[in-house]
Amino acid sequence: MDITEFLKYGFVQRALIAGSFIALLCSTLGVFLVLRRLSLIGDGLAHATFGSVAVAMLFKMSPLYVSIPIVMICAVGILRLTEKFRVYGDAAIGVVSSLGIAAGVMISSVAGGFNVDLFSYLFGSILSISLTEVYISVGLSAVVLFVLSFFYHDLLSITFDEEASKVSGVKTEWMNTLFVLLTALTVVLSMKVVGIMLISALLILPAVTALQVSKSFRSTIAIAALVSVVSVISGTLISFSLDLPTGASIVIVNFVLFSMGLLYKRAAGSA
Amino acid sequence: MSIEVISVKNLRFRYNSLDVLSEISFSLKTGDYIGLVGPNGSGKTTLLKVILGLVRPDEGEVRLFGQNSTDFTQWQKIGYLPQKPAALNPHFPVTVGEIIALGLLSRKKYPRHMNRSDEAAISSVLDLLDIRDIRDRLIGELSGGQQQRVFLARAIVNDPDLLILDEPSTALDPETRERFFALMGSLNKEKNMAIIIVTHDTGNIGRFASKLLYLDKKLLFFGSFEDFCGSTEITRLFGEFSQHVICHRHD
Repeated sequence: MDITEFLKYGFVQRALIAGSFIALLCSTLGVFLVLRRLSLIGDGLAHATFGSVAVAMLFKMSPLYVSIPIVMICAVGILRLTEKFRVYGDAAIGVVSSLGIAAGVMISSVAGGFNVDLFSYLFGSILSISLTEVYISVGLSAVVLFVLSFFYHDLLSITFDEEASKVSGVKTEWMNTLFVLLTALTVVLSMKVVGIMLISALLILPAVTALQVSKSFRSTIAIAALVSVVSVISGTLISFSLDLPTGASIVIVNFVLFSMGLLYKRAAGSA
Repeated sequence: MSIEVISVKNLRFRYNSLDVLSEISFSLKTGDYIGLVGPNGSGKTTLLKVILGLVRPDEGEVRLFGQNSTDFTQWQKIGYLPQKPAALNPHFPVTVGEIIALGLLSRKKYPRHMNRSDEAAISSVLDLLDIRDIRDRLIGELSGGQQQRVFLARAIVNDPDLLILDEPSTALDPETRERFFALMGSLNKEKNMAIIIVTHDTGNIGRFASKLLYLDKKLLFFGSFEDFCGSTEITRLFGEFSQHVICHRHD
């Protein structure tokens, strides 16, 4: 079956549309996360998402609606632990991450053990994404991308030099809170694409790939976005044609592109 | 007309129950050019951070352009060059032009996109500091001296009334340092820009600054170089050698 045949299927179209928007979102945010040495916040919040999905399943509610507020609270929790209680950033992420996993395991146990639904969130199931989920993913992705674009200069300033940005009139505390809330929203939206276990790959890999080849901050974001969208589309199509897990395929394509970026940098450096 | 740009009254700052700064009072007006000197660990950088509202004092008051520093909003009036950004990531993918543009944020309204007058301001400062040819280079590819000029460009692109510089000449070779101090001198004289500069270059500061602020957790001296160099009280306080190092090139 060739690619045009695949594209006729509604579930493939839905997967590619939602996946592309989420890829754009993750890659843009990922550049800021990587450069702020906050890459693992995605992993920590993904683990918190696991707990929140378990809560949703226990009460038979939509995981998306339950996870968004819970993961946002966790994101602000990480920020407050570092800012107010002087807990190291990686340790604060570790606290929230382990709490999320523990809560998920405990709730699943109370509810009678793991089931297929929970595994679909753990490892992703982009091909089973519903039309409503597509609307929500595209809508929220567009909102987050707009907010990132609106505060682009502030975010760049804080990422580059937080102290100097305060003297440029940037409200750094407010901006940091907004930033972690956007990260939380992004993580929740991404869980269906690559799964909770692999979300951080969608945040980190396109950014680090772009960092190998970029020549400015704007080009870093543009390249990361391109890498991310290409990975999601080709990973989805490869997985469908070869009957492989979609989330893992997307991550493997991302890794291949990252390896190519490393080789390019090495070749350019020795030229 | 000269305007008070900084007013510090009875400032005290403690860290882990220890006084880092205490009994600090002074003021700075437009046109003043102050050399802030003192031994390592004397609280120079901390004083700048308190002035800029980056850390809160335990006691006392800091006013910037008549406004309490904690409520201060007119950041377009202030240019700040931090100590050689120790945390500067050499692999950060940002160009010289993108960094200088960040200095204009304080005068922009959201969404803070750049316009023609911003481009003109960037272009002008690139020429002033002779860094036009590196505009599109990544910051990590530059030498220490070039990086320092880029950060200075970010600090002055807004044409501020007050310029605060924390050890700006450390990464500069003697020739570049000379040009740097000459530029500060012309900004101070031609634009009446108030300048406060932290430096260990005590042998040179007297040639350029009009006043000296000597800090060692407390304010030990604040006044003109003439007063500093001619005072027997100062000789007793600092020792003949220290006074000589600061004063010998001021003539």
